[in-house]
Amino acid sequence: MVHNRPSKTLVSAGVLVYLFLYIPLAVVVIFSFNDSKLNAEWVGFTWKWYEKLIHNENILRAAGNSLIIAIISAAMATVLGTLAGLAIHRGRQKWLPALVLGPIAMPDILIGVSLLLMFILLNVSLGSVSIILAHVSFCIGFVALAVQSRLAGMDQSLIEAARDLGASPWQSFRLISLPLLMPGIIAGALMAFTLSIDDFVITFFTAGVGSSTLPLEIYSMVKIAVTPEVNAVSTLLMLVTLTLITVLSKISPTVLRQ
Amino acid sequence: MNRAERLRNHLMALPPALYLLLFFAVPSVMMLFASFRYPGEYGGLAPWYYIEDGQLSLDFTLENWLRLFESGIYLGLLFKSLGYALLTTLICTIMAYPLALMIARSQKRFRDLLLLLVILPFWSNFLVRIYAWMIIFSPQGALTIGLNHVTGALGLEPISLMFSSTAVITCLVYVHLPFMILPLYANLEKHDNRLLDAAQDLGANRFQCFWLITWPQSLPGIYAGAILVFIPSLGIFAIPDLLGGTNGIMIGNVIKQQFVESRDWPFGSVLSLVLTGITLLLVLLAAKLGKTGGANSGT
Repeated sequence: MVHNRPSKTLVSAGVLVYLFLYIPLAVVVIFSFNDSKLNAEWVGFTWKWYEKLIHNENILRAAGNSLIIAIISAAMATVLGTLAGLAIHRGRQKWLPALVLGPIAMPDILIGVSLLLMFILLNVSLGSVSIILAHVSFCIGFVALAVQSRLAGMDQSLIEAARDLGASPWQSFRLISLPLLMPGIIAGALMAFTLSIDDFVITFFTAGVGSSTLPLEIYSMVKIAVTPEVNAVSTLLMLVTLTLITVLSKISPTVLRQ
Repeated sequence: MNRAERLRNHLMALPPALYLLLFFAVPSVMMLFASFRYPGEYGGLAPWYYIEDGQLSLDFTLENWLRLFESGIYLGLLFKSLGYALLTTLICTIMAYPLALMIARSQKRFRDLLLLLVILPFWSNFLVRIYAWMIIFSPQGALTIGLNHVTGALGLEPISLMFSSTAVITCLVYVHLPFMILPLYANLEKHDNRLLDAAQDLGANRFQCFWLITWPQSLPGIYAGAILVFIPSLGIFAIPDLLGGTNGIMIGNVIKQQFVESRDWPFGSVLSLVLTGITLLLVLLAAKLGKTGGANSGT
């Protein structure tokens, strides 16, 4: 029965990999409280980079922009993704999965440049609207997956029972399927929100000059110089994602593993 | 299934299908066309037809595609990027295997927590994770200074970690590692440990147990993870952009350059299509391997 426990070698190798995963993030967080312009050695504790952040209008505007874009994209992607998930589950359109999951399989840069090409050729001005249109197109698939995995585990006989008892298709959907699907839909919506607010690559190509999001702002900051202000934004961003993940795992523990 | 129900099904599929046709399929087709057009004078594309003496002529060209093969630079860069992505996949496999195996062999009640610890860093912003390595590899960083104490003591030239292919590959591994751990774990978790017990009873040593039983069974998990690591690594541009300097650039950087800086869209489209082609081939290959590799292909 040796194989039920990991051996000592295995555990130490595993711990090393965990350290590899966490040390870089810990470095970012620790230096966000460091009283030195250089991210090199510990000088003393300070809040000043966070204070500086609160007065940085570019960052604040970009963060607000990111939030609005993420909310609208997530809402649109949730509606379209739920429909897609339901349709894929019924499996009448054989080509639908390829269309819905295609954007997930493609490298981000390809989605970014092809949308840039289309927007410019069709004279769509680049800005918040083009960013939202782009975000929705890659979020639909993730929502569809979340909804579909929920559908796969659903007891079909409940719906049949409702129909037998005289419920119309719409009634059985609204009263039985929809409440049962809700955890999947909410998980999908939160995932779309996180993906949208985190996205850098696709936003980079579809943003144009006028509008900026938080990741774009961080990119232009780190392009110029490594400053502890970036550490402070990053730390706050980690805190936000951590909160979202906690909520997500409470609602649907399985969805995180996809 | 009656007619009304069929109609409802199609109506349900319609909105997402239309949206993705417009914002995924159409742009891809436009890119295909763009790769056969001439670049515009001020960036963008030149008109694809012109009218001369009342006659309509089409203006398409193969030049952009030929340029890919004429100049060794771009093919070289493509092979270099494939090499980087392959190396990243290999290192990810080597690092992911012990961790995935450790989680799979841990007690059930700890597994979810251990998995969550793998996923957590992966949910922090992509740029933040790159930025972390910019700090670690910076010339003032403890790592570089420490290493240069060693190289100095050995009488070697001081080394710089920032803006090197080492920096790029380290960060590529860091960003994509969870994509290998998760499918591998999903596979390893399903293994029947009684096989290992039986092998041991029959006199197999630990290495034989691993090499003859665990490893072959885990291949579908590795294939799934390899696809999830290889494809995004190949198309990346932010990591070489921030950590690679001039030596570390990859094909993604050139695509970005063609679309944003030099504004040669037709050639940028050619490079993007090559990347799309490689991606599609790999996805098909993975689907095939997944089918022949047994039932537990992971997710």
